[in-house]
Amino acid sequence: MENLAVERKFVISSSPHVRSPETVQKIMIDVLIALVPAVVAAAVFFREEAIIPIIISLVAAMGTEFVLVRKGGFFSDGSAAVTGVLLALCLPPGVAWWICVIGSATAIILGKYIFGGLGSNTFNPALVGRAILLASWGGRMTEWLGPIDLRSTATPLADPGYGAPLMDLFTGNVAGSLGETSAIALLIGGAYLMYKKHINWRIPGTYIISAFILGTLLSPVGTQFDVTSGLFHVLAGGLLLGAIFMATDMVTSPVTPKGQLIFGAGCGILTVLIRIYGMYPEGVTFAILIMNALTPLIDGATKPKIYGEVSK
Amino acid sequence: MLKNLYKGVKQVMAIKTFRGGTHPPHDKPAAGTPIETIKPPAKAIIPLSQHIGAPCEPLVKVGDQVKMGQKIGDSDSFISAPVHASVSGEVVEIAPYPHPDGEAKMAVVIENDGKDTLADDIKPKKMDDLTGEEIIKITKEAGVVGLGGAAFPTHVKLIPPKEGKMDALILNGAECEPYLTVDHRLMVERPEDMIYGARAMMKALQTDKCYIGIEVNKPDAIAAVREAIGGDSSMEVVELEVKYPQGSGKQLVTAVMDGIEVPSGKRSTEVGVQVANTATALAVGDAIQKGMPLIETVVTVAGSGVNGMGNFAVRTGTMASEVIEHAGGLKDNAAKIIWGGPMMGQAQFTLDIPIVKAASGILVFTEDEVVKEEILPCIKCGRCIDVCPAYLLPNTIGNASDKDMVDVAERYNADDCIECGSCSFVCPAKRPLLQWIRLAKGAIAARRSG
Repeated sequence: MENLAVERKFVISSSPHVRSPETVQKIMIDVLIALVPAVVAAAVFFREEAIIPIIISLVAAMGTEFVLVRKGGFFSDGSAAVTGVLLALCLPPGVAWWICVIGSATAIILGKYIFGGLGSNTFNPALVGRAILLASWGGRMTEWLGPIDLRSTATPLADPGYGAPLMDLFTGNVAGSLGETSAIALLIGGAYLMYKKHINWRIPGTYIISAFILGTLLSPVGTQFDVTSGLFHVLAGGLLLGAIFMATDMVTSPVTPKGQLIFGAGCGILTVLIRIYGMYPEGVTFAILIMNALTPLIDGATKPKIYGEVSK
Repeated sequence: MLKNLYKGVKQVMAIKTFRGGTHPPHDKPAAGTPIETIKPPAKAIIPLSQHIGAPCEPLVKVGDQVKMGQKIGDSDSFISAPVHASVSGEVVEIAPYPHPDGEAKMAVVIENDGKDTLADDIKPKKMDDLTGEEIIKITKEAGVVGLGGAAFPTHVKLIPPKEGKMDALILNGAECEPYLTVDHRLMVERPEDMIYGARAMMKALQTDKCYIGIEVNKPDAIAAVREAIGGDSSMEVVELEVKYPQGSGKQLVTAVMDGIEVPSGKRSTEVGVQVANTATALAVGDAIQKGMPLIETVVTVAGSGVNGMGNFAVRTGTMASEVIEHAGGLKDNAAKIIWGGPMMGQAQFTLDIPIVKAASGILVFTEDEVVKEEILPCIKCGRCIDVCPAYLLPNTIGNASDKDMVDVAERYNADDCIECGSCSFVCPAKRPLLQWIRLAKGAIAARRSG
């Protein structure tokens, strides 16, 4: 009994000695699950014109990461899969296969690994991919197909009168990028992420509210007060996809509660300003990328008050 | 709005808590197991330092005969607590021995004669006959220290404020660490003695209010303590939400006092309350009612690496290995020994260490439970920020510390970390945030001392 422990070796480590079961991979899988309704909606409205680009982007993103890292398996932490699907969801239906491949590879290489990999990147990788595609092949990136009939058409955002019925915008029965057309599918995914506590209301909430207010008050011809216009700005284009899945990207958005409010509001304001005054009909991509760049500054300026803080 | 609604519902239900915190798996396997007294050791190894503060000097020498409860070590320092013989017999050695703190410390080794002859000065007293100062003196002489983990000498905490008045004494019966069920069992089994001790502490502190905070997962303890209080309106059980670290001193104050925060770098006395553990109150009660110094403590033995479990009343100086043997012995795949709870306890490399006054639990984990996880990059998910009860940015401090950026760690208030470990617990990237924050705290302290 006296020598009970002598022959045995025990592990020494710093407390705590228990860890939660949550892992980075589980979070990424949950994000993929949350994207399922949007993917299904895209498949319903655009059929093979959606399914093929999504699969190509997904495989290309994971493949690029696997070639670069060569460890942890093809799925690895799952972040490349998320990037691939997100990128595909902001591509137009029927887009050429090589656009998907170049976009995914750029997203992973220039969006993520050039900064040092997951966690070190400043910008949302999928949006980096999309921005580069938009700058390089502007024509191909804005060739829209109508849902169901798959005929060439314009995005509702290009119509200065904002004519699309709000109900169609809500269900997704409009032209647009693969994943951004159906508001309801995106909201279901967002609800799932909130339920799983991977995102909170702050960024999507302030993003949507600020876009709604500014969209209600501003038009290309001057100030106005038009609630329908506000709702249109929220439901049309990639705003909900951006607000729920892109702006909430943990790595590239602020960690402080106050910072998240500022970030979301900034995204909403920039999106509407770019839509109304910018040269692109859609502003979500650049709004979020600009706010991504400001994230370290926002975090630094919004350090929370600590417990029992004594003012100096 | 939802938050306010939640707050409102909480107030109606009168369950209190603090902001932040987390929910580690709340296994309390020994909660229903009555305390069992283990037979005294054949040889008691009694460290001369079983508290925060100056270690004691031995009052005995090798060859001396000592009696049970006899003072064998003391110090002139203000912050210190004497140690006593837990058995009667002969002093056979005074030498350094392994100590749960991790380094060898001087200990008095007593060969037990098995007679448990009581020391002459052990006499029961009555609280009503005693003044506050006498209660403080008895507490000091009995070597009572905080049994919640920190082992701070209790008599120091009982000194009433020089100016003004202490608003309340808060007894900590939260016991928020998984596995540990010492305070729980003591509240269920000896509530009257605990309340007796609490009244003595109130008398010493000259306060007329005592709150006893208990997490709502211990309904039997809440009922037992309420019954022991009876109609005494000066004492009140406060039901607390089951959340870690509800039993942390400052977080307990905030929960019980409806949101009052203890200023950074200060003690709870700054906001007019003193905090002590329920088991400490019981020790004060025993020091008065029985005249007995603190020579026995209750430890929970649990975890899947040990055959059997339970709550055991153990004489100080008993080897941890004897307690584990009594509980059923180690399993073959036992891989980690934890002194205390799984969130804040210290890993031990051996079981050949003596039980000290403030020992609260010995947990044994198996190989399957002790996994070295790969540390992934921070994905800035913010979970550590959500759970930090000190409202810090553990990711920022931890990452700065990992890069030796001590300035940044200091600017982000590393010193205010209470080392509860909630951040490391929730981190999905398995980053050892608390370990890094501890390193930063050490570096900051080293720099300050020049």
